[in-house]
Amino acid sequence: MTGPAILLLLAGLGAIAWVSARARAMRLQTAARATGRRDAVHSLPGYHGWYVALWALIPAGIFLAIWANVAPGLVTQSVLTDPAAQSLPADGFARAAILGEARAIASGLQAAAFNPASEPLVEPYRTAMTEYGIAGAALALILAFAGGAYAFTRIRPDFRARTRVERLVMISLLIASLLAIVTTVGIVASLLWESFRFFSMVNPIDFLFGLKWSPQSAAMGYGNDDAFGAVPLFWGTIFIGAIIAMIVAIPLGLMSAIYLTQYASPTVRKWMKPMLEVLAGVPTVVYGYFAALTVAPALRDLAASIGIHGASSESALAAGLVMGVMIIPFVSSMADDSIAAVPQSMRDGSLAMGATTSETITRVLIPAALPGVVGGVLLAVSRAIGETMIVVMAAGLAANLTLNPFASVTTVTTQIVQLLTGDQEFDSAKTLAAFALGLVLFVVTLLLNIVALRVVKKYREAYE
Amino acid sequence: MSPTPSPAERLPTDWKSDAMRKRIARRYAAERRFHLLGLGAVLLSAAFLAFLLVTMMGNGLRGFTRTEIALKVDFPASPLLLDPQAITNEALANANLPMVTSAVAEKMLGKDADALLAPTAWLSLRDAIKADPTILNRTEVIRVPASTDIDLAAKSDGTPAAEAAVKRLKQAGILSTGFNWSFLSASDGTDPTQVGIWGAFKGSLLTMLVTLVLSFPIGVATALYLEEYAPKAWWTDIIEVSINNLAAVPSIIFGLLGLSIFLNFLHLPRSAALVGGMTLALMTMPVIVIAGRNAIKSVPPSIRDAALGIGASPVQVVFQHVLPLALPGILTGTIIGMARALGETAPLLMIGMRAFIATPPGGVSDPATVLPVQIFLWSDEVSKGFVEKTSAAIIVLLVFLLAMNGLAIYLRNKFEKRW
Repeated sequence: MTGPAILLLLAGLGAIAWVSARARAMRLQTAARATGRRDAVHSLPGYHGWYVALWALIPAGIFLAIWANVAPGLVTQSVLTDPAAQSLPADGFARAAILGEARAIASGLQAAAFNPASEPLVEPYRTAMTEYGIAGAALALILAFAGGAYAFTRIRPDFRARTRVERLVMISLLIASLLAIVTTVGIVASLLWESFRFFSMVNPIDFLFGLKWSPQSAAMGYGNDDAFGAVPLFWGTIFIGAIIAMIVAIPLGLMSAIYLTQYASPTVRKWMKPMLEVLAGVPTVVYGYFAALTVAPALRDLAASIGIHGASSESALAAGLVMGVMIIPFVSSMADDSIAAVPQSMRDGSLAMGATTSETITRVLIPAALPGVVGGVLLAVSRAIGETMIVVMAAGLAANLTLNPFASVTTVTTQIVQLLTGDQEFDSAKTLAAFALGLVLFVVTLLLNIVALRVVKKYREAYE
Repeated sequence: MSPTPSPAERLPTDWKSDAMRKRIARRYAAERRFHLLGLGAVLLSAAFLAFLLVTMMGNGLRGFTRTEIALKVDFPASPLLLDPQAITNEALANANLPMVTSAVAEKMLGKDADALLAPTAWLSLRDAIKADPTILNRTEVIRVPASTDIDLAAKSDGTPAAEAAVKRLKQAGILSTGFNWSFLSASDGTDPTQVGIWGAFKGSLLTMLVTLVLSFPIGVATALYLEEYAPKAWWTDIIEVSINNLAAVPSIIFGLLGLSIFLNFLHLPRSAALVGGMTLALMTMPVIVIAGRNAIKSVPPSIRDAALGIGASPVQVVFQHVLPLALPGILTGTIIGMARALGETAPLLMIGMRAFIATPPGGVSDPATVLPVQIFLWSDEVSKGFVEKTSAAIIVLLVFLLAMNGLAIYLRNKFEKRW
C-alpha cells in the first residue's frame, strides 16, 4: 500500500470520526436539553467531533512517521536473512551499493540493474517491502480505530471536549513560535560546527588577520597555511558595502526623505514614495545584471577616457554604486521615521525665530534626529554587507587590498558563493571556509543590528 | 565676534542696510539650493529607476520575438514517410522531418542554408502537419525560426556574414518577425533561440507553494501566540529577539543553513523545489510574523472584551473574532514576504538550484531551478543571444513582482479598517 493512499484513508477515517462524534454529541445535547437543563452539555458538538477526530489521527500519524524511518531498516534486515543474500560481499561499501540498487529497482526508481549481483535481491526486496508496507498500514489503521473508539466512548454531556481541543491548539501555537528559536539555533549551530572544523585545519588568527586569500591554491595541495587570510575580503566588503554604497545612499536617501517630508506637496509625495519603494522591491539579481551589463562597462570606459590605468570591468565602483541605489529607499524610510519623531514644537520654535526651512532642517531637525539616522545607516550597512547577488555578478573574484575604486575587489558573500558552488567535498578547508566567512558575516550583521536598534530605541525614548 | 552691547544701547536692526540685504539674499539662496538639492535627490533616484527599467525593456522586449524564415515546402514531392490518414506522434517522430527541412532550405537558400535555420526549425513543420494533416497533399509556406546568428543580425548587429545573409533573405522577402511562443513554453537550453522560461517558472511556482504552505500557518500561529497568549517571561523574550534577528539575517546565511542542515544532515534531494521552499520559508516566516503581529495588534481590545463577555473561550475569541479581522493585514504581509522570496537568488544558489535543468520539474522533489536563478545563469552565458533572453526573463519576473505588490496594496486599501 502506498503512502498517499494510507494518508487518504486516514483522512477519510478522521472525517468519519468527526461526523459520527458530532452527530452523537448532538443527540446527547438534544436529550439533555429535553430534560430542561440548558447547561447540561459542556462543549459544542463540533468540539466533540474534533476531539474524536484528533484521537483517531494523531496517534496513527505519529506511528506512521516513526514507521517511515524504521521500516527500511527492518526491510533490509529481512532481505539479509534471505538465501540470495548469502553471496553478498563482506565489504560494507560494496554491500551497501548492491542493496541500494536492489531497493531502487524494487521500488521502481530504477529500471534495470548495473550490477548483476543486485538482480537476485530485487524479488526478496519487493516481497519484504510489500509485507512491511501492509503491516505498517494495518497497524496505523488499527491505531486510528483504537484511538477513535477510545475517544468516542468518552463522549458524554459533561465531557470537556472543548478544553482538551483548545489545549492542543495552544500547544501547537507554542510549538510554532518555538520554531523561530530552533531556526536561530540551527543557524548558529551549523555555522559554528562547520567553522570549528575549518579552524581545526586553519589557524583562526591566520584567517582573521592574514593578508593573502587564495583558496584555490590550498585546494590544489599547496597547504592551508597561507591561503586563507580573509582581510582582503573584509576590506572589499567594507569598501563596496560600507563606503561606496553609503556615499551614494546616505546623501540621496537623506535628501529624498527631507524633500518628501518637508518640501513636497501631498501629490508629489503620493507618487514619489511608492516609486522609492519600487526601487526597494526590485530583486537583487536584476540590480546585479544591470550593474554587470550596463554600469560596469560604462565605468570602465569612463576610467579609460580619463586616463586611469588598470580599470577593471568588474570594478568595486560599479557594484558599490548600484548597491547604493538599492539601499536608498532603506535609508530614506529610516530617516523619514526619525525626522517625523522630532517633536513639532522644536520645528515650530526654530521657524518662529526666523530661521528658513533649510536652516531649521540642518540645525534643528537633523541634529535632533541624528541618533535615529545613524541607527538607520547602521542597519543599511548591515544590509549592504550581507547583499550577495550584486557583488557576485558585478564585483570580481580577485582578492585585492586596494583603494582604487576602479580596480576589482572581492567580498565575503562573493567568496561564499564561489567556494560553495561547483564541487562539494565537505572535508576540504576550501568548502568549510565558506562557513567561517558566513559566521563572521552573521556575527557582524547581528552586532550592527543590535547596536542600531539600541541607538534608535534610546533616542525614541528621549522624546517620549 | 564683538562683545554684545547691552540692551539699552542696542540700536534697532536696520533691515534695509546693504549688509543685511546681502545676508538675507544669501540665506534665501541657500534655502533655494537646499530645496533643489532635495528635489534633485528624489529625481536622481527616479531617474535611476527609469533608466534601469528602460534598459531592461529595451533589451528584453526583443527577447519575446523571434526572426522567422518562410520556407515553401512542397510536401507531396518531399521524401516524407507519412500517411496523411494516420498522423500520430510516433509517426511524426519517425518521419525524417529534420532532413526534409534542411533539404527544402538548401533548395531555396543555397548550400549554407542549414546555418540560417535554428536546430529546432523542423518542429514548426511537425506542428503544422499536426494542426492540419491535409497540407501533406499540397505546397505550403511555413515559417520556421532562424538561427541565433541570423536572429541577432536581424534585431541588432551580428557578424558580417550574418548581416549579409539577412540582407539576402530580406531581399527575397522571406524574413519576418513573430512572437516567440517557445520562450514561454520551453525550458533552459544551450542555444538562445530555443530557451524558454517555462521550466524556471514552474520551479518558482513549486518553490513558492512549499514556502507558502510552510511559512503561512507557522507564521500566523507564532504571531497569534506572541500577541495574544504569550506570558511575559524570559523565554518569550528569546522568541521575540530571535524573530527580529532572523528578519535581519542576510539571506545567504539561510542558504548556508539549508545546505548544512537540509542537504548534508537530513539528506533531502539536492536542487529540489522542496529544499528551496523550506529555506525560503525560514526567511519568509519572520516577515509574516512581524506583519501578522501588527495586524493583530490593530484589532481593538473592545472586540476581544465583547466576545469574552458573552462567554467565548480565549481560543474562540482569537479564532472566531480576532483572526478574521486581522486576516487582510496578515495576507498583505504574506504577499509582500512571498514577493521577496520570489525574487531571492542567493540562498537557492547555496542549495544547488543552479544546475542546468532542461526539463520542467514534475514535483517538489525533482531537480528544479527558479526564475531569478535562471536569470543569473543566463547572465553568465557567453553567447550574445542570451542578453535579450535574460532581460526578457527579468521583465517576466518584474511583472510578477509588480502584480503581487499591486495585489497587496489593493487588499490593504479594500479591507483595511480604521477603528
